[in-house]
Amino acid sequence: MSTEPVPCLSAAAEAVLFAAAEPLTIADLARALACDDQQAAAAVARLRERLKETGSGLDVVEIAGGYQLATRPTFRECVGRMMAREPGRLSRAALETLAIIAYRQPITQPEIEAVRGVGCGSVLRTLIERNLIAETGRRPTVERPILYVTTPSFLHYFALADLSELPPLEEPSEVPSVTDYRDAASAETTAG
Amino acid sequence: MTAASPTFQLPAFEGPLDLLLHLIRENQVDIYDIPIALITQQYLDYLESWQARDLAIAGEYIVMAATLLELKSRMLLPSPPREAEDEEDPRAELVQRLLEYQRYAGSVETLRQWEEYRRGLFFRGATENPDDYVLPMAPGSLRGSDLVAALRRLMEGAGIEEAAVSAIVPRRRVSLQMAMVTVLRAVRRNPEGVRFSALFDGPVSISEVVLMFLAVLELLRRGTVQVRQRQPLSDFRLRLDPAGEPSVN
Repeated sequence: MSTEPVPCLSAAAEAVLFAAAEPLTIADLARALACDDQQAAAAVARLRERLKETGSGLDVVEIAGGYQLATRPTFRECVGRMMAREPGRLSRAALETLAIIAYRQPITQPEIEAVRGVGCGSVLRTLIERNLIAETGRRPTVERPILYVTTPSFLHYFALADLSELPPLEEPSEVPSVTDYRDAASAETTAG
Repeated sequence: MTAASPTFQLPAFEGPLDLLLHLIRENQVDIYDIPIALITQQYLDYLESWQARDLAIAGEYIVMAATLLELKSRMLLPSPPREAEDEEDPRAELVQRLLEYQRYAGSVETLRQWEEYRRGLFFRGATENPDDYVLPMAPGSLRGSDLVAALRRLMEGAGIEEAAVSAIVPRRRVSLQMAMVTVLRAVRRNPEGVRFSALFDGPVSISEVVLMFLAVLELLRRGTVQVRQRQPLSDFRLRLDPAGEPSVN
């Protein structure tokens, strides 16, 4: 196996990725192909190239910490028509909650609610049901609130390789501490 | 702010902070210098219009209304003698919350785009290890009618006709005569005897069994075959009666 000619490795990687249900890491692939990590990575790169050059309907995407065969977005309509039903979208409440958890994890429900200004109990339940977030323990305070983190499915749902792909949040600039707010307020009331 | 507040949604807003940011944008005012009186008024107008349309207003909106009114009154109070240079703007905490919320609400658009992109990608499920095959059925994927259809196919394959629901019930063209021939052929082919159950080939209907049994009784009566049964209700063995007349007619 170790003396297998290199061109075959990309075909082998294709076979392995085809049969896999989940994203495979380079280490997973190396184990399956009986080669080292470097060769596995090269095999994946060559496979991607070949799929592109031959105009394949498939592509290897880097997602949720690994590599996976996926249909090319160009053909989304065709595949979509074949599917029995259109996959749903997350609500804005769910996306807001997910954004907060993604950036601030691990985070508790009261902390999320403090940011959003509304209760999040049902949204959290939905996200747990969809396996986008998970409990990871409890904050060791008196109330011992549950801590939530995002899951690999979260990465998969948004086609992210890992959490580092999240764009940096812009830091809020300092709120001016003293302004002539009273003047502003009185001016406003006299005007109104 | 309770953990399990109901999931109804006020029109287009994800909560009081979202509504406030909307008002701030709409009025094109500086978030660091919110005209509290104006914004409070518009905020209350919104709540009133919802109420007029019989929409339940979540407690969070009421709490925010109270906060705004409190801010408004504090800002109208005459200046106390300034004790410290860095006296805090009463609006500071609210502004901080709005900014914090805005940061995350802003990334919703990014998530939305990723979600959209991802919806264009489709992945295979796992190929099963043949050892791990399970019925690949999600709950609700089959209906009762599918089961009936499957059973019908199976029965047709086995040559069994379902009792037709139509008006004409086809008669099975198997006579006692034919059953007797079947029994005789079997016992002649197997001089050492044949079990009653071995007379049938594949799944059978009750009427076939009864007919075959009647045939055996008839042959027994004529003395053509002998029957031996070990115990009541068990299968029994048939053999040609050496003294019998091998005739059917």
